[in-house]
Amino acid sequence: MPEDRPLTGNMRPDGEALDRAAYERVGGYKGLRKALGGMTPAAVIDEVKASNLRGRGGAGFSTGLKWSFVPATAPHPRYVVANGDEMEPGTFKDRLLVERDPHQLVEGMILAGYATGSDTGYIFLRGEYKLGARRVARALAEAYEAGYLGKDILHSGYSFEIHLHLSAGRYMCGEETGMLNALEGKRANPRAKPPFPPVSGLFGMPTTINNVETLCNVPHIIRNGAAWFQGLSRSKDGGTKLYGASGKVKRPGLWELPMGTTIREILEEHAGGMRDGVRFRGLLPGGASTDFLVEEHLDTPMDFSEVQKAGSRMGTGTMIILDDQTCPVGMVSNLEHFFAQESCGWCTPCWSGLGWVERILKGMEEGRGQPGDLEKLAFQTRFWAPGHTFCALAPGAAEPLQSALKYFRAEFEQHINEKRCPWK
Amino acid sequence: MLTPEERAEIEAEFPHYPNRKAVCIDAMKIVQKHRGWLSDDALKDIGELLGMSVADLDGVATFYNLLFRRPVGRHVIYLCDSVSCWIMDGERQCSHLKERLGVEAGETTADGRFTLLPVVCLGACDRAPVMMIDDDTHFDLTPERIDQILERYP
Repeated sequence: MPEDRPLTGNMRPDGEALDRAAYERVGGYKGLRKALGGMTPAAVIDEVKASNLRGRGGAGFSTGLKWSFVPATAPHPRYVVANGDEMEPGTFKDRLLVERDPHQLVEGMILAGYATGSDTGYIFLRGEYKLGARRVARALAEAYEAGYLGKDILHSGYSFEIHLHLSAGRYMCGEETGMLNALEGKRANPRAKPPFPPVSGLFGMPTTINNVETLCNVPHIIRNGAAWFQGLSRSKDGGTKLYGASGKVKRPGLWELPMGTTIREILEEHAGGMRDGVRFRGLLPGGASTDFLVEEHLDTPMDFSEVQKAGSRMGTGTMIILDDQTCPVGMVSNLEHFFAQESCGWCTPCWSGLGWVERILKGMEEGRGQPGDLEKLAFQTRFWAPGHTFCALAPGAAEPLQSALKYFRAEFEQHINEKRCPWK
Repeated sequence: MLTPEERAEIEAEFPHYPNRKAVCIDAMKIVQKHRGWLSDDALKDIGELLGMSVADLDGVATFYNLLFRRPVGRHVIYLCDSVSCWIMDGERQCSHLKERLGVEAGETTADGRFTLLPVVCLGACDRAPVMMIDDDTHFDLTPERIDQILERYP
């Protein structure tokens, strides 16, 4: 295996998925054999904690710590849920993992199950990921056939089932408690916390929820050890990261690189820089719900702490690039339309505020901007702060808006003063 | 009445969940796959099997983007209207589709061939603009490419 790219280095160049035999040839299921053959669940958790694996869904919470939250005496059945909803605009990393190496995810989930003493896993996958769904279903069947899933896995006495659930589509399903409601056959509204899912989650039972990319790292950590995993990284956060770039760059794409690779390296060396005729203006580092960064931040290492210091969040690590030929107000308007549409209507700041902001921004784009609009927008971003709502949708919606008001204020004012969009 | 095939597919999901209500989203997707959309009768049929009221099922169905409570065309076009596609001229693709099909977003062509639905980011942003038609994803759209792609869906 190309040692520096554990997640993607073994993927087939022809775009097909690794089947079980091919996955085993490159070390697949060795981590599971090692864990079931002599590691206690607590030892698995300790290894993952020591690796500094942080949640790849965007929040960056320590995976080992999360697993340790399921009380040892918790009742059964306990559940593990793989979050493969991937509806964050600009994000396309989990698609690659489920389409090209589904066994890696399956092995990671079984290890998560073993570590937390869980009985059943659900892979919650976007309904639109049809190819990924077929390939995951096939991998599950192969894993059952080989005795990696089901009763008494590899004669260890440990039993674990995995089911695949295809979403019916809504951004809220990616929010962990919304996802639990969706799996229970309900509207994906968020739940109040506490109780937190490790204590009372799916069907009221202890539940551990991890992003697909997070889980895919686990087999490699168990097989090669925490120190090896930490050594892949250039930062305190362990491992590699799937970084992406979309927008008007020369080579949009996805690359597995050491955690802590700088934005400039991703943008210039991997994405090839900006297309001819356009100039860089800014970027959202990890999806729609992250704050804009600009030129002065290009040397920021992409990891959870450094991007936060720069005033944003790494989020999903898939960057959306804004260029000088694209209207920043239009871009923010598109983002807030998305959040307004996908709001579940549960909390007032979200359903009320997002619709209002969407209308103000649309008005600005169409030459109906008013003096005072910017103050209203700024007020809303404060109104959506964490703690005012059950989930992170509205706080996420605030991030691109509040940072755009800071970095592109002149362009907003120009829209209002000139009563038109200067880019149209 | 559910057809034997619909019923068998729904019942195959029962062992995956601890109760029948949890199966309702899968059940609605299965029936929609066979009938194209979810009529009141379809919800009644599903409700009888799962022990749920039509109102309960309607409450769930109306939450999800991919469950249709109104008839759709033979083929559904899901055009991404999120940010990466927008930067890459996604609005032009949308205008082209509207003009070419003679419909607004959310509408079905007069011949019942296509329904045009803008959707959230399809997770293929490195190949924007992107759309799906039925189960197929199409990348790097231009008006010319869209015209060619539509021909494949009679």
